[in-house]
Amino acid sequence: MKKSQLFPFLVVLTSIIFVARLYYLQVLVHDKTEVALSGSSIKKVYTYPPRGFVFDRNGQLLIANEHTYDVKIVPNEVKPFDTLELCRLLKIDKEYLINRYNKAYVYSPWLPSVFLNQLSKEDYAFLQEKIHKFKGFSVQKKNMRTYPHTSAANVLGYINEVNEELAKKNDYYEQGELIGTAGIEKEYENELRGKKGVSYKLRNRLNKVIGPYKEGIYDTLPMPGKDLKLTIDLELQKYGELLMSGKRGGIVAIEPATGEILALITAPSYDPNLMVGRDKSRNSVILFNDSINKPMFDRGLQAAYSPGSPFKLVQGLIGLQEGVINEYTSFYCHHGFRYGKLPSEFMGCHCGIVGRPIQLQTAIAKSCNSYFSNVFKRIIDKKQNTGEGLNNWTRHLRSFGLGQYLGYDLPTGRKGFIPTSSYYDRYYPSKNWQSSTIISNAIGQGEIVTTPIQLANLTVAIANRGFFYTPHVIKEINQKPHQIEKYSTKRITTVKPEHFKPVIEGMSDVYKTGTAKHVQIKGIDICGKTGTVQNYIRKNGKKFELEDHSIFVAFAPKDNPKIALAVFVENGGYGSMIAAPIASLMIEKYLLGTQSLKYWEQRVINQSLEKEYKKQLNLQLKN
Amino acid sequence: MRSQKINILAQADLTLILIYLFLVIFGWMNIYAAASTESHHEVFDFGTRYGKQIIWIGLGIVISLFLLFIDSYFYEKFAAFIYLGCLLLLVGLFLFGKNINGATSWYSIGGLSIQPTEFAKTGTLLALGRLLNDKQFNFKLAIDKAKAFTIISIPALLITLQPDPGSALVYVSLILLFHREGLHPNILIIGTLAIVLFLTTLVFGYLYVMIVVTILTLCLLWYISKVQKKILRFEWGKIIGIFGVVIGYIYSIYYLFNHVFKQRHRDRFNVLLGLSEDTSDIGYNTYQSIKTIISGGLSGKGYLQGDRTQGKFVPEQDTDYIFSTIGEEWGFLGCCLVVLTFMTLILRIIRLSEKQKSTFSRVYGYGVACVFFFHVLINIAMVIGLFPTIGIPLPFFSYGGSSLWGFTMLLFIFIKLDASKNYIL
Repeated sequence: MKKSQLFPFLVVLTSIIFVARLYYLQVLVHDKTEVALSGSSIKKVYTYPPRGFVFDRNGQLLIANEHTYDVKIVPNEVKPFDTLELCRLLKIDKEYLINRYNKAYVYSPWLPSVFLNQLSKEDYAFLQEKIHKFKGFSVQKKNMRTYPHTSAANVLGYINEVNEELAKKNDYYEQGELIGTAGIEKEYENELRGKKGVSYKLRNRLNKVIGPYKEGIYDTLPMPGKDLKLTIDLELQKYGELLMSGKRGGIVAIEPATGEILALITAPSYDPNLMVGRDKSRNSVILFNDSINKPMFDRGLQAAYSPGSPFKLVQGLIGLQEGVINEYTSFYCHHGFRYGKLPSEFMGCHCGIVGRPIQLQTAIAKSCNSYFSNVFKRIIDKKQNTGEGLNNWTRHLRSFGLGQYLGYDLPTGRKGFIPTSSYYDRYYPSKNWQSSTIISNAIGQGEIVTTPIQLANLTVAIANRGFFYTPHVIKEINQKPHQIEKYSTKRITTVKPEHFKPVIEGMSDVYKTGTAKHVQIKGIDICGKTGTVQNYIRKNGKKFELEDHSIFVAFAPKDNPKIALAVFVENGGYGSMIAAPIASLMIEKYLLGTQSLKYWEQRVINQSLEKEYKKQLNLQLKN
Repeated sequence: MRSQKINILAQADLTLILIYLFLVIFGWMNIYAAASTESHHEVFDFGTRYGKQIIWIGLGIVISLFLLFIDSYFYEKFAAFIYLGCLLLLVGLFLFGKNINGATSWYSIGGLSIQPTEFAKTGTLLALGRLLNDKQFNFKLAIDKAKAFTIISIPALLITLQPDPGSALVYVSLILLFHREGLHPNILIIGTLAIVLFLTTLVFGYLYVMIVVTILTLCLLWYISKVQKKILRFEWGKIIGIFGVVIGYIYSIYYLFNHVFKQRHRDRFNVLLGLSEDTSDIGYNTYQSIKTIISGGLSGKGYLQGDRTQGKFVPEQDTDYIFSTIGEEWGFLGCCLVVLTFMTLILRIIRLSEKQKSTFSRVYGYGVACVFFFHVLINIAMVIGLFPTIGIPLPFFSYGGSSLWGFTMLLFIFIKLDASKNYIL
């Protein structure tokens, strides 16, 4: 028979195909996939360090950790046991036990699943002695946040479990781990959480761990979270929250020399302990769904209001800087300011000075609308083009931190709004708008919107005579002063320091002769400015006038100021009646630690605006 | 005529013996890697699979020596009896067999399981050698063709009935032997065409394949008539007939696959052909074995360092999927070494077969090469994901006494025949 070359050919062909396939798999595909450590046969086991503690500026503990204990179960390891005894120890009924066991079995017979969440320390103590009787059950210690005080929930924030979406986006987290979701817990998540330790375990196809991977050479130890010290003064914060009880609004107090936020109060707020523990999900639903009181809404940072009269301060400053007025420039006020020919084109004024020229200092002390309307008109009309004039004005305002995110270290906030020429060009397509068209902005009404913290920061810039530091709540990280450049860089306003004197004198007069005369504090030279902002809601095309918002900004002492603040009380009425006393009380509390205005203190604390809020609610619900 | 006193050890082919020893020892090392666990790694623990395999190997060497010292004439003379004995063992399974994993393929004697399927190959090859050794035998004759096919069909049928269709498929490989011995190549061509059509129909759907076949046929006809200038007028009946059969075949594949096959058959093909991606259930074995091989990389993770092997991710890893252990722990280089060693073994057997002076030895040797080739081809192709899951062992590597002894017998009878070739006239 003749030889056939077919078979040897097939053999050689097969080896070529095999080698090619193996090359493709083991060289080309292998290089593309990181199998070494992420292969499904290797399990990462994490050790979680405790989260860092948080203290206030005086070292008072704000956030601590508490141990809780989860009972876990591995269904396949469970041996017959005394069910009654276990039920008694865990305070559960038999139905729960059977139910949970079945659930765990469905999840995985080999993997531990949670049997009972967050056992109390007392229950754990009893269980611990007897756990050996219950094979397949184990106890896992967990750290939980706990808050010794019920204050400053809006600053502290809370932590949540990482959801699937986030776990996909962020390499560090796995589903079910904890992550700061609000407040400083979110902002300083990386510092507070520390770094989890990883150990790699070999496991078989049933997911059972059968030993360390490569004797643990890739394993890492956890790094504990860092402790934070905040700039918040717990006593002041608590006091502010007390003063705001029964009202809606916010107080922001800042130390002018450093930009440190001393108190950040929003009302109504909530007890941070509601957002931990077994009832967290139930509580959070209640808190987040409360669309009437909005306790999760930080009014100090997120609420945007018209600033009202305090805005006149910066209006005057810009006028001085632009040279359209000087300290002695005076205007007349005839119960208001006429900006057009029509009878309706008239802005009323309550300064009460008729027939006498008014200078800047007096205008501020008496909050004269006419004066600042004139100043605004001059600023805008200084340039040939109205738009240019407005944009120049906007530029000055932005240097005070208005109309933009301030950059503080809390994850919520609003930009507020400062109009520019392009805004009005869009609003008035014929572009025939003039300074008189937008005259409301002169007195902090109109289109301007600011948040309380922006207003407080504006006060800081005035108190410092022309600069401020970005407000922040971080003071120390692990007992060392923070090294964050952003919070130690001076931001200088476009208004030069020499222009501040008449404005500050005017603010001082507010306390001496003006609208805050009744809440003077002996021994402290306070400078302030009241504001009363009209507001209304529209319902079915009709306008309903509501009680005015009550605003007050202040700093003290006049020279070398230690505290500057903005108080905002929704529907509080006249600024001098509610916001001003709050500001005085806060300042005295912080600077002297005393309360000399007993009458006002009681009056403010007891004044509840619930009636007014209820009226509003009914108005909105009514058709 | 025949000397009884040949020095077998001097005449035996050293290459084959060395390859055999290498494969068996390396095979055992991998079984040890795949079968040992963290807590159980005592080498001479005969309760474990790798411990037992040592016994099988020891006995295998005894068997091989025994086979070498039997007179080579014995095999030729008793070929028919050995063949019949094997068939009897296969038939006996239906009466006394033990059912393991759904197939009645085993005799259980005092805790020892023996699979006669593995020995039937040797018997069949010996019988074929005896048949073709007849000087009158001619593959052109229908009766001789029938005889040859009958010899391989009977064991194949018995094994299919166990049911162990994978092992039965081995006999298909003997077509190569028949081709070598003068069977017309048409059968091979038709067979290949049938397989290509089968696979393309499953992947692309019968309509597309039919269209392509029609176009190709028209091109071919055009080529024959216009370029080769052959007159087709009288051939139309034949052409249309063949075309009709092909189209019918394609449609019947579609029909068979979707209406006769059970879901589990379909699943296997679908996973393999990439038509469905399921990593949890049906494609699990193949998925895990490919992952395991990929994780080995160029040079592997090192002996006993394969974490996927240690984690027992690949089912049947010490038997049918033993190659994935090599892939993980020895990497691309180790795999190539094994593939090339097997191919050297097969080519060496082919070459020695061609040199045989007696037809019996040549046919037997060629058959041995066919069987080895088929096992290596199907097993490795399955493990690296080129073929669907067909459970047949990798010679000398897969755990199991019967298979080891079966392959040892196949090889050593050939070594003996080869060593005696100069004495057989």
